[in-house]
Amino acid sequence: MDPTADGPALLDRVDPRSRILATIAFALVVSVVNRPPALLAALASAVVSAAFSGVGLRDMLRRLAPLNLFMLLLVALMPLSSGGRQLGTVGPFSYSADGLRLALTIAAKGNAIVLLLLALAGSLDINTVGHAISHFRVPDKLTHLLLFTVRYLDVLRREYHRLRAAIEVRAFRPGVNMHTYRTYGRLVGMLLVRSLDRSERVVAAMKCRGFHGHFYLLDHFHYSRRDALFAAAAAAVLAGIARLEWQ
Amino acid sequence: MHIAEGALSGSLAGVAVLGAGWAATALGTAIGLRRMDYERVPQVALLSSAFFAVSLIPIPLGVTSVHLVLCGLVGLVLGWAAFPALLVALFLQVLIAGAGGPTTLGLNTAVMATPAIAVYAIFRRAVHARSETATFLSAFAAGALGVLLGAVLNAAALALSGREFQVVARAALAAHLVIAPFEGLVTAVAVVFLRKVRPELLDAPLLATH
Repeated sequence: MDPTADGPALLDRVDPRSRILATIAFALVVSVVNRPPALLAALASAVVSAAFSGVGLRDMLRRLAPLNLFMLLLVALMPLSSGGRQLGTVGPFSYSADGLRLALTIAAKGNAIVLLLLALAGSLDINTVGHAISHFRVPDKLTHLLLFTVRYLDVLRREYHRLRAAIEVRAFRPGVNMHTYRTYGRLVGMLLVRSLDRSERVVAAMKCRGFHGHFYLLDHFHYSRRDALFAAAAAAVLAGIARLEWQ
Repeated sequence: MHIAEGALSGSLAGVAVLGAGWAATALGTAIGLRRMDYERVPQVALLSSAFFAVSLIPIPLGVTSVHLVLCGLVGLVLGWAAFPALLVALFLQVLIAGAGGPTTLGLNTAVMATPAIAVYAIFRRAVHARSETATFLSAFAAGALGVLLGAVLNAAALALSGREFQVVARAALAAHLVIAPFEGLVTAVAVVFLRKVRPELLDAPLLATH
């Protein structure tokens, strides 16, 4: 799952903290932008960042899919409840041009923000994200929760597939019937029981090693001239987008 | 039950809705973290990973299938820790799957965690019932109400953000109404199972088996 496996990309040498801050700033500005030139500039800068992020095109498109499923829904449904100039009628509804424009604006915004997020923050190792946000005065317990969840997400997914395989070799076929819900309910219950048991073992093992509520950071980020350049470039792009919107 | 990135922020009303979502999430997370001591962190993380895995289960429904959400069960098992747990889970979904986004994270967390807390407050005692039938019925109500409340909050957030979102809001509401009974059944079976096998997960007394 290491996105940087095939050699370091240009962006990988930038401090993770500045990448996360740049992502947040970009999301805040672009989410309130509404004019087409500004939106196109935002999309273009997201595509450029994606090209330098070292994340493959297929992977990127796969991760943009759920967002665009919702966007399709908006494009289909929003014009039905908007006023303004009408393009035509579908049954009792009329299809409005303003609604369509609004839906497309939203699609452009959403894609620009999520694409930039995947390029700048999604390409980071998640443990690095945890390390970086611990520098942003995020409560300790929340950071711990994030790191533990990341650690055990895959373990529990495998546990689920193990239980699933066990019911399938006993010829379970899901359907619309009570047997299915009873089986799934017990599957959920068993998974919770196993995760509770595992967490007790984890806590015991951590106590044996002297854990008292603190993770020690072994390495530190270094802010360099490259990061200053990155920050300046990000600020310039944001200023450009803002200028296109509010001239 | 996700509101996509960029959807609501085009209007002032939408920005207000997003802000309210962040405020609710910040408050809920603060309470949740205060009530959770360091020793409970791994437990909450593992349970929330389990819920993450469970949300992969497709429930067949005619020619299509729906996914479990289980807000109600999350509330019954995690209590106030549901807020930080869901915040982390949805944050990971943004990073890993591109579902949701940085500005809508607060609202999406509030839409799922508020029903969890409501269910916890209403049904915490009811699922401690002594008879299996009473436990089953109250857990069914808890599961169904959890997803219904979430659907209503989700639709309300959309509808409050502008007239243009009304049809989308109704479509989302209708889709969630359909899954409520299934959520209820799975939650009910899971709660009865937990009461017999590991009642401490619900802080409940052991339910006698026949």
